[in-house]
Amino acid sequence: MITLTDVHKAFGSNKVLQGVNLHIARGESMVIIGGSGTGKSVALKSVLGLIKPDSGKIEVDGQDIDRAERDAFLARFGMLFQGGALFDSLPVWQNVAFRLMRGSLKRPNSEAREIAIEKLRRVGLKPEVADLFPSELSGGMQKRVGLARAIAAEPEIIFFDEPTTGLDPIMAGVINELIREIVVEMGATAMTITHDMTSVRAIADKVAMLHDGVIKWTGPVADMDDSGDPYLDQFIHGRAEGPIEAVR
Amino acid sequence: MINTLTSPLAALGRQILGMLAIVGKIAMFAFDTLTHLIRPPFYWREFGIQLIHIGWLSLPVVGLTTLFTGGALALQIYAGGARFNAESVVPSIVAIGMVRELGPVLAGLMVAARVASSIAAEIGTMKVTEQIDALVTLSTHPMKYLTLPRVLAATLAMPILVAVGDAIGIMGGYFVGISRLDFNSAAYLKNTVDFLELWDVSSGMIKGAAFGFIVATMGCFYGMNSGRGAQGVGSATKTAVVAASILILATNYLLTELFFSA
Ligand SMILES: Nc1ncnc2c1ncn2[C@@H]1O[C@H](COP(=O)(O)OP(=O)(O)OP(=O)(O)O)[C@@H](O)[C@H]1O
Ligand SMILES: [Mg+2]
Repeated sequence: MITLTDVHKAFGSNKVLQGVNLHIARGESMVIIGGSGTGKSVALKSVLGLIKPDSGKIEVDGQDIDRAERDAFLARFGMLFQGGALFDSLPVWQNVAFRLMRGSLKRPNSEAREIAIEKLRRVGLKPEVADLFPSELSGGMQKRVGLARAIAAEPEIIFFDEPTTGLDPIMAGVINELIREIVVEMGATAMTITHDMTSVRAIADKVAMLHDGVIKWTGPVADMDDSGDPYLDQFIHGRAEGPIEAVR
Repeated sequence: MINTLTSPLAALGRQILGMLAIVGKIAMFAFDTLTHLIRPPFYWREFGIQLIHIGWLSLPVVGLTTLFTGGALALQIYAGGARFNAESVVPSIVAIGMVRELGPVLAGLMVAARVASSIAAEIGTMKVTEQIDALVTLSTHPMKYLTLPRVLAATLAMPILVAVGDAIGIMGGYFVGISRLDFNSAAYLKNTVDFLELWDVSSGMIKGAAFGFIVATMGCFYGMNSGRGAQGVGSATKTAVVAASILILATNYLLTELFFSA
C-alpha cells in the first residue's frame, strides 16, 4: 500500500535519509525503530508530503504522492505528531473533532462533540477533559489527545510518532492495545515509530530498523530476536557496545 | 587591493539581491492569499474571531493615540499660526491633518505594533510546534484557515478604526481648542465640518485598508516562515513589525502622491 523507493533527504549538509526502501502492505502494522535523530519522523512526514524528499519515489496505492489530489489523499490519513501538535487556541474536544467540524466530514457540533468524547474515552481520558485547553494538560495527556485526534475520523492509514513516550506503563499498555485494535478491527494500515520495545512487540506485524539513513533490517516481528543482525541486536537489547556508536 | 575596495559593494549588492528576493516572496504570498478568497471553503468563524481581535480590541490603542495627537496638533498649529495671525485655522488644519495623514498612519503603526506582532508570534509558534503541519494533515489549508481570515479582517477593520481614530483625534483637538485656546465650541465644530470634504475622509480610510492588508500579510508571512525554536519566533515577530511599519510609511507616501499631488 505504501512504498518508499530510494528516498533521499538532506537538511543542508546533514544527510538524513540516504536511500530508504520500505514497503507496507494494506492492513499491516509496521513499526519503525532506530536511534534518536536517525530520521524516523522525517520519513513519516515525507510520506504525508509535509517534507519534500530530495530524490526517490513515494507511492500510496501505486500512485505517486505528488500526483495525488491533495485533499482526497490527506483525508485517508491520520497522524499523531511526536510533540502532540495540538491547537492551543481550541479546547480539547474541538481539537479531537477538528476534522468533523469542517470540510467534507462536517456534522452538527453536538454530534462532533459526542464523537470526540468517545474517542477521548478510548485513549483513557475522562469527559471532563473535553472542555480544558491543551496547555492545561500534562504531557502524557496531550499525547493521548493527539492520538484521539488522529483516529477521530477513522482514517484508513494512521501514523503514530512515538505514541507511548511520556506515558506510565499502564497507560502505555492501553494505547498499545488501542493501536492493535484499530489495525485488527478497523483494518487500518499503521506505521508507528517507537523506542519502547514492549510497544514494538505489542503493536507490530513487521519491524523496520532505520540506521545511517537506510533501512538496516526489516522483517516480521517474530524474526526480530534471532535476526543475526548486529545492529538490530544491539538496539533491541539496548547495549552500549556494538556497531552503533553511542555519540551521534 | 581591488578586492578590498569592491567587497563593500559586493556586500551591498548581496543585501539588495536578498531584499529583492524577499519582496518577491512576499508579493507571491500576498497573491496566494488573495486567490484563496475565491476558492472555497471560507472559514467564517475564524474571520469573525479575527475581526474582534484585530478590529474591536485595537480600538482603545488607536483611540488613545489619536486623542493625544489631536490635542498636541491643535497646540502646535495654534502656536505656528500665531506667527502670522492665523490662529483661526486650527480647527480646519487639525481636521484635515488628522483624517488625511495622522489618522491612517497612526492607526496603521499602532495596529502594526499590536497585530503584526501577535499574528507573527502566534503563527510562528504554531509552525515550530508542528501545528501548521497538523492542520495540513487534517485536510485544512493553512492559508485558508490562518492567513486569509486575518488578512481580510485587518483590511476591512482598519478603515473603520481609521474613521473612529479620526473622530477621536479631532475631538482631542476640539477639547484643547475650547479649554486651552479660547475657541468657541460651536464655532470650532462649524469650522471643522465646513472645511472637511468627503474625499479627505474616504482617502484616509482607503489608506487604512491598505495598511491593514500590509499589517496582516507581514504578520502571516513572517510567522509562516519563522525559524525553529523560540529564537526563530522572536526574530520573526520583530521582523514582521519592522517590515510592516516601514511598508506602511512608504505606502502612505505613495498613496498621498497618488491621491493629492496636483
Ligand atoms: N525541518 C528540519 N530542518 C532541519 N533539520 C531537520 C528538520 N527536521 C529534522 N531535521 C534533522 O533531521 C534529523 C532527523 O530528525 P528526525 O526528527 O526524523 O529524528 P527521529 O529519528 O525522529 O529522532 P527521535 O527519535 O529523537 O524523534 C535530525 O538530525 C534533525 O536535526
Ligand atoms: Mg522523531
